[in-house]
Amino acid sequence: MPENTAPDGATSIGAPHIEFRDVVKRFGDNTVLNDLNFTVAKGERVTLIGPSGSGKTTILRLVMTLEELTGGYIHVGGAPLQYEDQGGKRVRVSDKTRRRTTTQIGMVFQHFNLFPNMTVLENITEAPIHVMGLSKAEAISKAEGLLEKVGMSDKRDFNPSQLSGGQQQRVAIARALAMDPEILLLDEVTSALDPELVGEVLAVLKDIAAETDISMLIVTHEMQFARDVSDRVMMFDQGSIVEEGSPEKIFSDPGHQRTRDFLHAVL
Amino acid sequence: MDGVIGFFEQLGPNIEILGARMPQILEGVQVTVLAAAFGGLLALVISFVFGIAQTVKLGAVRIIARIFVEFFRGTSLVVQLFWLAFVLPQLPYPFGWQLAPLAIGVLALGLNYGAYGAEVVRGSIGSVPKGQYEALSALSLSPVRGMFRVIIPQAWALMIPSLSNLWIQLLKGSAIVSTVLLYDLYFRVEQVRDQTGTWFAFLFALVAYYLVAWVIVIIMNALEVRAKHKIGRGPALSDSLGTLLRPPGGKNVARGAMV
Repeated sequence: MPENTAPDGATSIGAPHIEFRDVVKRFGDNTVLNDLNFTVAKGERVTLIGPSGSGKTTILRLVMTLEELTGGYIHVGGAPLQYEDQGGKRVRVSDKTRRRTTTQIGMVFQHFNLFPNMTVLENITEAPIHVMGLSKAEAISKAEGLLEKVGMSDKRDFNPSQLSGGQQQRVAIARALAMDPEILLLDEVTSALDPELVGEVLAVLKDIAAETDISMLIVTHEMQFARDVSDRVMMFDQGSIVEEGSPEKIFSDPGHQRTRDFLHAVL
Repeated sequence: MDGVIGFFEQLGPNIEILGARMPQILEGVQVTVLAAAFGGLLALVISFVFGIAQTVKLGAVRIIARIFVEFFRGTSLVVQLFWLAFVLPQLPYPFGWQLAPLAIGVLALGLNYGAYGAEVVRGSIGSVPKGQYEALSALSLSPVRGMFRVIIPQAWALMIPSLSNLWIQLLKGSAIVSTVLLYDLYFRVEQVRDQTGTWFAFLFALVAYYLVAWVIVIIMNALEVRAKHKIGRGPALSDSLGTLLRPPGGKNVARGAMV
């Protein structure tokens, strides 16, 4: 993985890779996250579980800056992501600086969101060429390597609409990895798939988890997958962390009734 | 020699008159086609410029675009035409331009229908699924690049049916450019009217405009099939030639028939 490219070089060894500090997110009158504090260490895989509407996806979208923070701060690699504290004043970080920080963050979406007007290969090479500044040849050879990794080499010149959901999601994973992300956000990546296609996507992700040291923040309903890849599981309900711990602890011996009820319902 | 009975009695002689005047009528068709083609092209450019301008982040740009659209959409095409033809030449230097009639027609049609088209472009850009914008953001692609590489190619496929309608309306609206001394199809039909009677002359005009409109429909259907194929919705153009000939007013081509 490339070195952290935080704009002000503020990265220090041991600093959390992602830090939520007093994070508040409201949609109108609806408070989704209330004073949320947590950190993700470099290379750590953290899975967020909990009932729908508990704010898990909002957390990922805040890290990707797809949603605007209502209050508090998020730091990525030590650098402020959306807002920074300047002597007690909360100041908005410019779009340009935000985009520079988010370049190190990749996201895979529930509905893949591949670009339908581009081939599989073009989907993967677009950002490396135009954001990272790779030459076309470099980007293509990189994309081919990633397509091989996700088992989609034979589909490089296909259009997304010609692929199954599982295949599209594998391409979307390759597209996110092509930017050499240091943080990967997985937002219910198998929820839109037919049951028989879930396995192929999870298998690819497990390989990536095993072969890289990318920090991952995962929202999933696949509890076995969560158990397999996570270092830590956080149980959410109504915008707060109910409890957190190792997957063994959370899945085998949850401390809260709320967690037990949830796991009972989904397992 | 007017009326329905007159129409049939005089059919033979009228066709002869029409035949004799055909060179001038064809000149009129040529002028109408030129006005519709260049007016349509100008309208397309204006649609994109002002449609996209209404989606940018900068408030001032959005407001200027909005005012332009409201002005040209809200004021009559005929009045705009007269302004360009009769008021513009009287303005003090350097604005006192006396434009050629065709230029006036093209300009008025382009501005007026471009204002409508800008709304179509703006709406289509807004109709591209939100997930596409989010994917662009997640890949840190710049908004400008994302707009031209990802959003507009998808919006283009959505906007073609509406733009096609506007272009046909522009063609039909072009009949009023004869009021600023442009010798278009309508002007030529007017010329033969006193010889052939209103029934015959205007029936001919209906058919003539319909046929030109049909050409527009075929062009736009082809563009639509191609645009949809490019975003993975529908067959290639070469596989759907049979569906292109649908007449104006027919159902939009290739809707829901695939995927």
